[in-house]
Amino acid sequence: MSYIKDSIEHLIGNKIPRPSKQQQSAEVQAIYAGKKGKLSKADVEAVRHAHKSTFLSKWQKRRWATLIFVNMLFVASFYFDVQLVEGALTGARVMGFHFADLNAALQVALAYKHIVLNLVIGIVTVFLMWLLLGGRTFCSWVCPYHLLSEWAEYLHLWLVKKRVIKNHTFNRKVRIVFYVVFALLALITGYTVFETISPTGILSRALIYGPGLALVWVGLLLLFEIFYSRRAWCRYVCPIGVTYGVVGLLSPVRVKYNAEACHHEGDCRKVCLVPHVLELTIRSGARDVNQDVSSDCTRCGMCVDVCPTDSLTYEVKGLSKMLK
Amino acid sequence: MSDNKQSVKRKKPTLTPKRKAQSRREFLRSSVLAAGMIGASMLGYVPVLQGTSLRLRPPGALKTPQDEQQFYASCIKCGQCVQVCPVEAIKLADLLDGFGIGVPYIDAREQACDFSCDGLQCVLACPTGALTHDLDYPADTRMGFARLARPKACLAMQGKGFKGQARGADYRGLLRYEEVDRWNPIPVSDHPYDLEICDLCVRQCPIEIRITQCEAAESEKTDQPVARVAQQIGNACPPKHAITLEPVELGDGVVRMKPVVQEGCVGCGVCEMICPVESAAIVVDLDKNADTVKES
Repeated sequence: MSYIKDSIEHLIGNKIPRPSKQQQSAEVQAIYAGKKGKLSKADVEAVRHAHKSTFLSKWQKRRWATLIFVNMLFVASFYFDVQLVEGALTGARVMGFHFADLNAALQVALAYKHIVLNLVIGIVTVFLMWLLLGGRTFCSWVCPYHLLSEWAEYLHLWLVKKRVIKNHTFNRKVRIVFYVVFALLALITGYTVFETISPTGILSRALIYGPGLALVWVGLLLLFEIFYSRRAWCRYVCPIGVTYGVVGLLSPVRVKYNAEACHHEGDCRKVCLVPHVLELTIRSGARDVNQDVSSDCTRCGMCVDVCPTDSLTYEVKGLSKMLK
Repeated sequence: MSDNKQSVKRKKPTLTPKRKAQSRREFLRSSVLAAGMIGASMLGYVPVLQGTSLRLRPPGALKTPQDEQQFYASCIKCGQCVQVCPVEAIKLADLLDGFGIGVPYIDAREQACDFSCDGLQCVLACPTGALTHDLDYPADTRMGFARLARPKACLAMQGKGFKGQARGADYRGLLRYEEVDRWNPIPVSDHPYDLEICDLCVRQCPIEIRITQCEAAESEKTDQPVARVAQQIGNACPPKHAITLEPVELGDGVVRMKPVVQEGCVGCGVCEMICPVESAAIVVDLDKNADTVKES
């Protein structure tokens, strides 16, 4: 239950307070107590050094390959007219079966106030798919803007490191404001207002049907992320992420945190797109020895890649034991 | 002292002035971000209000062109209609169309809808009902209504014929030619004409072509099997003519031929596309259709 509660708190942008001693299990308390003063900075540094580099490591490679593959499947399908995957990421038919992006479908439903059967089929298919595969997995494993944004992020971090720019954060609650406002705008104006600025839709269409002027908008967003605020669109604006975060509440695919091996040095939080979900990795931040990272997590695997002690791992609920 | 206070009030530590200023700045920044993003998205209203986003839509596009809003509301901007069109007549609008970004349109002069799909595939492909499934046949379509906009430019009105490629050798548009291939469209530039009186708009009108076919089949009443595909899709005969070439007398005693748009016009835009005059003598009006023309 607390997983769902934590996830909702994270999705709406609330901070989850550190668990008090009463909320922590005896085992995890013992682990925290046992670590006190044990690890020197040099030890942590040594372990980190022994760990492989973070760029293009295992999960990042797999994720980039998947993301590019899925998007290219759309492109190739249209280009060679093989009718395997028709449409774009907002709405598609995969071998004749309807798929509809849940947020685009929501916008249409609110604006048009009428839903045809094909759209219902598309919504149910996609809902079930992401319910099984993971909620915000769409963001990091499929969304083409995510990949561009990821590269922009490297540039941003490099500029910050060089002290050329400073990162500016926003209040995370603003994302829910956007979610509500865009839903209301669709309902009131009768236009799918969010689609006008959605970089996911714009990029997906640009890839499949050819580039257009709308890419200028995507470029502006990227510049904003590079020079002003790290990952601003994904972190603070995009309602698609919120939609899938909600769908992913019950998803069995998660990232699991194990407090035992953790050095609490925070490398994972540095690479994370949504670092608030990893606050449980701060010393005495977890309630249990093993705890799942909340559904605001995009399951991108950057933390899994970077963690020098394998405290963070992928897990599929109910299947993990079988997989071992 | 302040440390002491904080440890007493452990549950809700008081923010230092610095933190307070930080969070205030963050709040202000977030407000500006919200206003900026929502403002940017609402800029999409501008082309809609100005009417610059009004375009020829694929068959079955919701309601009348004046009621663009319903069409925009229902379209999920996926482009599945684009993918199934055999002549690639359908394009997706860009950012300059504002809220219309990603919705399908047809630039008739460049490539009109010639119904070479025979079954309104775009309508069938639409997942959201933006292209209404109420259509069964091309003749049911209501995209617009053709109008002889520049009668003086019309070759037929001048008593002229036409020889050569309708739109020049560089023109990329496709049309389906009954006599070449019943199902597959070919480039217009591969099919030169030699006409005593130019009647391209009538000759290439998909509705007229279909009527001619039906009449031929009717007169033959042969045992010849009907093409199976035509049977399957129930490609019915259009009930009314769309365009005819009629003699007119302009007052100088000379009888000339004039293309006259008829009740059966669906506004597909082929006449506009094929018209060899630059710019086209005949165009499609978006604010009219066969039903509204009949009523008025």
